[in-house]
Amino acid sequence: MIPELGHFALILALLVALVQGIVPLAGAAIDAPRWMALARPAARAQALLVALAFGCLAWSFASNDFSVLNVASNSNSELPLHYRLAATWGSHEGSLLLWTLMLGGWSFAVSLFSRNLPPALLARVISVMGLVSVGFLLFLLFTSNPFERLVPPAAEGRDLNPLLQDPGMVFHPPLLYMGYVGFSVAFSFAIAALLGGRLDATWARWSRPWTTVAWSFLTIGIALGSGWAYYTLGWGGWWFWDPVENASFMPWLTGTALIHSLAVTEKRGTFKSWTVLLAIVAFSLSLVGTFLVRSGVLTSVHAFATDPARGVFILVFLAIVVGGSLALFAWRAVNVGLGGTFDLVSRESTLLANNILLVVAMASVLLGTLYPLFLDALELGKISVGPPYFDAVFYPLMAPAAFLMGVGPIARWNRAPLPELWTRLKWALAVGAITALVLPFVLGRWSPLIALGIFLSAWIFAATAVSLIARVKGSHHGSLFAALAANSSSYYGMLLAHLGLGVFIIGVTLVKGYEIERDVRLDVGESVAVGGYEFKFLGVKTGPGPNYRAVTGTVEVRKDGRLVETLRPEKRIYNASGQPMTIAAIDVGFLGDRYVSLGEPVGENEDSIAGAWGVRIYLKPFIDWIWAGCLLMALGGFLAVSDRRYRLAVTRKATAPSAPASAPAAAD
Amino acid sequence: MKAVRWSIPLAIFLILLAFLWVGLGRDPREVPSPLIGKPAPAFSLSQLHEPSQALSNSDLRGKVWLLNVWASWCVSCREEHPLLMQLAAGKTVPIYGLDYKDDPGSGKAWLAQNGDPYTASIVDRDGRVGIDYGVYGVPETFVVDKEGVIRYKQIGPLSVEALQRKILPLVRELQK
Repeated sequence: MIPELGHFALILALLVALVQGIVPLAGAAIDAPRWMALARPAARAQALLVALAFGCLAWSFASNDFSVLNVASNSNSELPLHYRLAATWGSHEGSLLLWTLMLGGWSFAVSLFSRNLPPALLARVISVMGLVSVGFLLFLLFTSNPFERLVPPAAEGRDLNPLLQDPGMVFHPPLLYMGYVGFSVAFSFAIAALLGGRLDATWARWSRPWTTVAWSFLTIGIALGSGWAYYTLGWGGWWFWDPVENASFMPWLTGTALIHSLAVTEKRGTFKSWTVLLAIVAFSLSLVGTFLVRSGVLTSVHAFATDPARGVFILVFLAIVVGGSLALFAWRAVNVGLGGTFDLVSRESTLLANNILLVVAMASVLLGTLYPLFLDALELGKISVGPPYFDAVFYPLMAPAAFLMGVGPIARWNRAPLPELWTRLKWALAVGAITALVLPFVLGRWSPLIALGIFLSAWIFAATAVSLIARVKGSHHGSLFAALAANSSSYYGMLLAHLGLGVFIIGVTLVKGYEIERDVRLDVGESVAVGGYEFKFLGVKTGPGPNYRAVTGTVEVRKDGRLVETLRPEKRIYNASGQPMTIAAIDVGFLGDRYVSLGEPVGENEDSIAGAWGVRIYLKPFIDWIWAGCLLMALGGFLAVSDRRYRLAVTRKATAPSAPASAPAAAD
Repeated sequence: MKAVRWSIPLAIFLILLAFLWVGLGRDPREVPSPLIGKPAPAFSLSQLHEPSQALSNSDLRGKVWLLNVWASWCVSCREEHPLLMQLAAGKTVPIYGLDYKDDPGSGKAWLAQNGDPYTASIVDRDGRVGIDYGVYGVPETFVVDKEGVIRYKQIGPLSVEALQRKILPLVRELQK
């Protein structure tokens, strides 16, 4: 009964989405206020119906209803409740339902926080979101019904993929989708602006917070996925340039460019058509990513569903949404105008350069991801493109972008004379250069790449400090505190996000430069010294888990004879699927991780687990800075959105016509 | 002229779409190999675990064997690895590993981590032997008969289906 209720709710949601996608849009075209007024209630009703459907599916998982095919294929009665709930989005069908739910959630949020939007713009924005939702609901109902029944019902479920039975995997998909789908808001704003022919600074101001929030979620989502790969795949890697990772990374790169381009459009009125294009591209890449992941055109670790009907559907959907928007862009953006001019050296030009670097980086990732497909389609053979390509292309593009991050916040709008920039930045440059020369020796080994990475992060830190100091000195507020408080939170958000990237670069540089990997055969009681630590293997024990059997090793980590940590790496065999899993044990530290994972028993008697084991030991200096940096970037995004001027814009209509002007626009 | 410039994004997208459309009709794992029915290209490479000892294809004359191309950097290899381990445990056919364009240290570590299904692995550090075998993507698996002729090639990770429907029946046939 419950699954049928969910199915019915999805059908109703489709009908409401059709109304939401057509009526307000038509209303905006013929200026019919009543039609446009339908936008808000329709968006809310649709969101609630999808939420009901999602709740029904979650209920079916929680109550082990194995008469639902989706539940029988992706869950098991031994599976703990939290993973049963996470299994709701563990399957192809469920994850698409999650996608639709997120879209509903974002539409709901737009309907709430849009009181000051002109009715025609709001009607168009919500209609465009409704049309996207129609596409996804059709996809769900016609090719991927999550509520399909299994007759006769299975006695037991096939279990959730063990790789997904992990806390990181519980949160990774929802956060990632929050980001992916969040770009639909910026996209809808862009389409609405093209339709209405009104593309100005106000439009940019409305789009900005939505884009920034989506970007922040996407940042955390990607970071969680990478962290998950680090501790579950058992060999210490954190990024693989796998097609599915790339699918999430391309919208992120474009979204980063979009955030910066929106800032220029809001403050200076320039880059307008470019910003619109980025908004379209960011969301289009989210859709392309879905296509790549769901259609099976590329081989990937994530190979989920490979059903040609689904692929065809998404491709047609992609053609309509992306092709339609780009055609609209070609038709309407001609009239947008170019906006103000600026000098060769100015904040605009640094942001433009940053945009170009980010977009080229995105294009190179796209090329690398699709290259095997291109060659295959042209009958030129089948290849796979691996990390060497991406490393060779990506880092040289990102290094200058990171360097520009130091210059951008300090350069003036419109015109930033080089001598002045030099005066303001020479100390930051000196700090960066000296750190790059000295620090690697302190850490153990100097190499050009390590020095470059350290230079870039020290430079970002120093230039950020220079920007803040200049602000405080230039302020006419008396006390330091007042001077600090006078800056907007979007300024601090920007600083925090930039610092986050600096922290991220430290993590990447030091872990690539100084990691130590040792693979050893250890007898019970034997120890091995790795990088100043002593690892002592105390043998393994077997024991049952909730839905698996585990072999747990015990490894004591000592430094200078003192016990630092006892690590317990595991190997698990899951009961239902028989699939093995390696769970590394990690002693997380501020300056680096000690990472131990179990290999295979290698004693004299091969079947015995009581003797010697192959043990993999890693020292990963500063690796957690990678994720800490991502977290800082995301926090910076959230901080920027808390800026007064966005809230002012919301309350302006409600309070008085003479609301105070927002902070001086000169710098943020 | 101006309108053309604004249509560039659309044009790029349409090209992309055409490729995706063609790609959809193809299986990224199915590739005809010109090597099928031809003698396996000769190699003599040092073994991963015993670098001082070489292994060449002439050593393998007279038995049916599998050549599995793998690498520690290859993500899809993780996908097929449990199947290889099962296959090796069944002892129906010896599997030889070609550690392709890989650092021997990482390769050994990878096997220690994930288990070693190979009777022996050889190291193809610069990928020369891979070129001879027409390796497009890793992993790949070749079935070689008693006369040293390649009889089957699997591109991409092994699947239960490919093993049961093609590879194992073929191996049994060849072993007769």
